[in-house]
Amino acid sequence: MNVSFFFEVLIGGLLAGVMYSLVAIGFVLIYKASGVFNFAQGAMVFFAALTFVSLLEAGVNFWLALVITLAVMVVLGIATEKVVLRPLVNQPPITLFMATIGLTFVLEGLSQLVWGSQPHGLELGIPDVPMEWLSQTWGINISQFDLFAAGVAGVLVVVLALFFQYTRIGRALRAVADDHQAALAVGIPLKHIWAIVWAVAGFVALVAGLMWGARNGVQYSLTFIALKALPVLILGGFESVAGAIVGGLIVGASEKLAEVYLPQLVGPGLAELLGAPVNLQGIESWFAYVVALLFLLVRPEGLFGEKIIDRV
Amino acid sequence: MALAAQPQVQAPQPAAEPPAQARPIGEPILVVENVSLSFGGVRALQDVSFDVREREVRAIIGPNGAGKSSMLNVLNGVYHPQSGTIRLRVGERWLEFHDMNPHEAARLGIARTFQNIALFKGMTVLDNIMTGRNLKMRASFLEQALWLGRAKREELENRRAVEEIIDFLEIQHIRKTPVGRLPYGLQKRVELARALAAEPRILLLDEPMAGMNLEEKQDMCRFILDVNDHFGTTIVLIEHDMGVVMDISDRVVVLDYGRKIGDGTPQEIRANQAVIDAYLGVAH
Amino acid sequence: MLYREAGQFKSSYAEDQRIFPILQDRIAFWAVLVFAFAVVPAIANQYWFAAILTPFLIFSLAALGLNILTGYAGQLSLGTAAFMAVGAFMAYNFELRVPGMPILVSFALAGLCAAAVGIVFGLPSLRIKGFYLAVATLACQFFVLWALQRFGWFSNYSASGVITAGKIEILGVEFDTAAEKYLLTLAIVSVMALAAKNLMRSETGRAFMAVRDMDVAASVIGIPIMKTKLLAFAISSFYCGVAGALYAFCYLGTVEPEAFNLDLSFRVLFMIIIGGVGSILGSFLGAAFITLLPIFLNLFFGAVSHLVGVEIPHAWLSNIELIIFGALIVFFLVVEPHGLARLWQIGKEKLRLWPFPH
Repeated sequence: MNVSFFFEVLIGGLLAGVMYSLVAIGFVLIYKASGVFNFAQGAMVFFAALTFVSLLEAGVNFWLALVITLAVMVVLGIATEKVVLRPLVNQPPITLFMATIGLTFVLEGLSQLVWGSQPHGLELGIPDVPMEWLSQTWGINISQFDLFAAGVAGVLVVVLALFFQYTRIGRALRAVADDHQAALAVGIPLKHIWAIVWAVAGFVALVAGLMWGARNGVQYSLTFIALKALPVLILGGFESVAGAIVGGLIVGASEKLAEVYLPQLVGPGLAELLGAPVNLQGIESWFAYVVALLFLLVRPEGLFGEKIIDRV
Repeated sequence: MALAAQPQVQAPQPAAEPPAQARPIGEPILVVENVSLSFGGVRALQDVSFDVREREVRAIIGPNGAGKSSMLNVLNGVYHPQSGTIRLRVGERWLEFHDMNPHEAARLGIARTFQNIALFKGMTVLDNIMTGRNLKMRASFLEQALWLGRAKREELENRRAVEEIIDFLEIQHIRKTPVGRLPYGLQKRVELARALAAEPRILLLDEPMAGMNLEEKQDMCRFILDVNDHFGTTIVLIEHDMGVVMDISDRVVVLDYGRKIGDGTPQEIRANQAVIDAYLGVAH
Repeated sequence: MLYREAGQFKSSYAEDQRIFPILQDRIAFWAVLVFAFAVVPAIANQYWFAAILTPFLIFSLAALGLNILTGYAGQLSLGTAAFMAVGAFMAYNFELRVPGMPILVSFALAGLCAAAVGIVFGLPSLRIKGFYLAVATLACQFFVLWALQRFGWFSNYSASGVITAGKIEILGVEFDTAAEKYLLTLAIVSVMALAAKNLMRSETGRAFMAVRDMDVAASVIGIPIMKTKLLAFAISSFYCGVAGALYAFCYLGTVEPEAFNLDLSFRVLFMIIIGGVGSILGSFLGAAFITLLPIFLNLFFGAVSHLVGVEIPHAWLSNIELIIFGALIVFFLVVEPHGLARLWQIGKEKLRLWPFPH
């Protein structure tokens, strides 16, 4: 087995995983603060990316477009909290989840209605080419862009961690995540907090949207990244930003490794068994989910989650 | 919580029925031997032993946190004790276990109600009580899909049995109401009905009168005594209201910090210094 | 005035337990059935059969299946389309590979295959709850689709996994016109809907609902949780499998695995949310709504175009449809979480009093 190729696949997978984490972090933020699993996060990523790219193409300056898009995402977040979540505040979580599915469709339709449905390219100035010295020294091809994205994710996590740990608002957010009633009791304005959380999630969605958009182009399929975030969240737990990173790494790496190596390992044996050639491409489409599923069987609350105790 | 200061709840004697002493209390049918239960570092029950006789009303009392609910949960298999055994008489044989599950307990004729009502909020009263009869229904799902023969017959027979219980507990007027819409007192009654629907030999009641006013408590007392008289069901109940306990139970077990500190008739318990101390909070 | 129950006393439990205890309901129901079986074939045209009625029936069946699992038994599933796919492809294979296999038997066996897949992917529900389970069903959805595409046997080694359903012949009678396919679908769906209603009003249905509402309590009163959950998955998948087979044979004629994608699963989920979870009628109402909405929008915007003189681009239409779907989901969840079925019930209750206010 070619060792350097293995490392290439592994590291490529890890970096792809970081991209998943970017989306998962948005989920975690909202879930932590309001207990809502925001299925619409993927649509928000798409909406953010599309808005930004369309502004750029309309000739708006890069930084101005960024600021405008951020403002739009914040407004979107606040509107969502007001229109969708507040009326449903006492409903079981499954209802809220389905409401965010509805929200997803609204956002998807809205995005394409406003900005059109052709795919857009997004240039951030970092080319998707292998790093020169890595490929020449060790024969490993690792995309510059992937490394850049990993760096961005790292910075984002650090910024968020500092925000939660050291600012007053961050503390308030942690209090709300822990216990709504208690937070109210000490005078934390719940509604403002939720608005802030959704705004921050919108910001994270924008960052994720930029990264993914630059990598894959800004198109409709971006919304399905949200689905991939689900296994990430299961592995990492729904309430931990660190877990989202770890989960993302595991998902990204295992997915890529399975896609490359599983057909080689299982293919020939299977072909013999069935008496026909088999093409095992596309394992990526389901592997992460099956991994998450098996993981859930062993540890239903995820790596970093809290054990659920059913009391009667 | 002093014993004597509690308002007495008069449990009215069921009319035209033999006085309580004439009810034949039989031999022990449930024996708890040296049961100990811990959760992590917390010792909920320590070396508790007592027995329950057939057709008696056995109360378990004690200050908050004494382990009463845990004891009940052990009896019906929700919790598994770390040591000790439970022996249950089935016919002539004794069944010994310490790791039963609730499903098996149900099959062996143990039914229970819960402190926080465990009714199925999405169903009507009638449907909730009918679920109590599930162990008596033998028809397969295919037969039910066709609504023929055995399935239809069973459904109607069980409906008849459930209606008897509905009459007995006087809840005819709410039989088609979704359970979530009922006031608390009625929900407790429906839960009792569901437990009765299984025709249990032993009925475990976890604070059946919690949160009820005086009238509701009187009704509930009457029903519990009627169940005991009419169906001959053995009853083990946890209750905080001392008046109720003194009036309707035959024997009482007192728990405190997971240990048994008293076991006897209500009169004996009332005079037991250790019990009085436990309730008054005297250090021991 | 019309809907008075006065005088309709039940003198036996059998009468009280009927599917339609009220006489007017029974009359209305039989009227609808007669209309569907006898009148519609006489007055409807090809387009109505092929594009509206038959898909409506098929989706009602799929919605019924999902409702049994998610609405009654409380197990959230995002894999409906996968079960339909299994039904479609297995029916095709049974017809293809077993000479002389009666088509109804193929459909039934296809349903059983889907049920088997359902049981396998339902096993996690014994450990996992809520929307964690949804992720497990996602695994099912993606895996099944991949398997159908990758293992050529399923599609008889055709390119990209496309299958073309054969003709339908029962006891020598061919069902090849749109009207005939409609009648066949109607018959199958009616029988299965009746079976579903019977199931849900018996012990099975109660056990499902008990597991949905509080499974710990259900286990305490003797309901076997594992068997109940797996039975729910099996029955639900059976229904979805048969719906999938009908989808291939009576509706599209030619299908590929991609047609049974996640979008379809979501569509069926929307049907039961809008129609009413935990309701047989709701499955039909939701399916009708979702099937008719695009057509209605087309007509509506076509009319607007004519009136205003502005051409509304087709791309807009599908996006507007998405927005309306999404908005409706949120609307229904906020205003009436029990969907159209509950609105129907409320309407009936108002009708009982009409013309009096209370």
